[in-house]
Amino acid sequence: MAAPGPLVLHGWDWLQLFGHFLLLSLLSVGGALTTAPEMHRYLVLQQRWLRETQFSSSITLAQAAPGPNILFVALLGWNLGMNSGGPLLALAGVVLSLTGILLPSTIVTHLASQWGHRNRHLRAVRAFKQGMAPVVIGLMLATGWILARTPHDSGTNVALWLLTAVAALLVWRTRLHVLWFLAAGALLGILGVV
Amino acid sequence: MTEHETLPEDQPGPRSLTDLFFTFTWLAVQGFGGVMAVAHRELVERKRWLTQAAFVEEWAVAQIMPGPNVMNLSLVIGGRRFGWRGALAAMAGMLALPLLLVLLLAVAYDRLGQHPAVARALRGMGAVAAGLIMAAALRLSGGLKGHPLGGLACGALAVAAFGGVALLHWPMPFVLLGLGSVACLAAYARLDP
Repeated sequence: MAAPGPLVLHGWDWLQLFGHFLLLSLLSVGGALTTAPEMHRYLVLQQRWLRETQFSSSITLAQAAPGPNILFVALLGWNLGMNSGGPLLALAGVVLSLTGILLPSTIVTHLASQWGHRNRHLRAVRAFKQGMAPVVIGLMLATGWILARTPHDSGTNVALWLLTAVAALLVWRTRLHVLWFLAAGALLGILGVV
Repeated sequence: MTEHETLPEDQPGPRSLTDLFFTFTWLAVQGFGGVMAVAHRELVERKRWLTQAAFVEEWAVAQIMPGPNVMNLSLVIGGRRFGWRGALAAMAGMLALPLLLVLLLAVAYDRLGQHPAVARALRGMGAVAAGLIMAAALRLSGGLKGHPLGGLACGALAVAAFGGVALLHWPMPFVLLGLGSVACLAAYARLDP
């Protein structure tokens, strides 16, 4: 049996973790979850600071909860702190992880966006924004598709696909509030319809 | 100057940093399974801070830059009128309450997570959330009217991007940069200097 590893971080480890997240922040083009495989390699396989189940439940919970998906990084920090001592360290882990993953990308994006806005009359800036538009819409559809397909990995569930399609059509064509649709989805799930 | 091209006098926008904070808090706590679909509905259709076309443009910037897309979107919109402080207010709104909720959820998960009804409810909500994102994309395609590349080329680009990522499983950054650069060059050739 492989050594379970320490599952505890000390002072120097936290600094290393912070540095790793700072670096990943600059590489996180295309969304929060694109860096998840690298975080898994680093935290679970290489450093053994997290258990496999802690990593996967962090992602699942962040997806299920309201708010940006990047909060899975906060849960990783929480679990790292709980492994290392308790709730106080866990809160420190949350702050450290979120700051690390957000600080560099925020600075870069803010500067780029301000520059782009000041120079929005430039032909190159207009071409960038207009050219990207159809690609971005296609990618958005792909995101929806990937999220819809994930629960079908263990066999196709027709009712679930139908629910996704009906939700998409109704939200596209009506002005009902999205919370109604989410509540309906939860209810259909509890009743075992989907 | 050219300010009025993108921000006409009657175009509503965030009134204050507090307005930014609570607007993004409200849309974040509605965003189960991703905030983008809700952001589109709140910012374009309810608050009218952005037109359909402007939303697509800002979303393109948010995707191409490093960082989580919806966080980038919030900081771009917050930064537009209020600079650094606006960007931080919008991001703080997006994170503060959802962070508290997700931590509470993590604590509760240990006790409730194995309950089958919880898992089934989450699955149903996940299916709806996927539909919400597709609906936002369909609505945004309305913003492509009058696009310099024309409807046919826009449709082809969108289908290619969808197929590459959803069906062929190519990494999203490559598709974004590959197809995006072709589209940007074509748009550059079509636009007036």
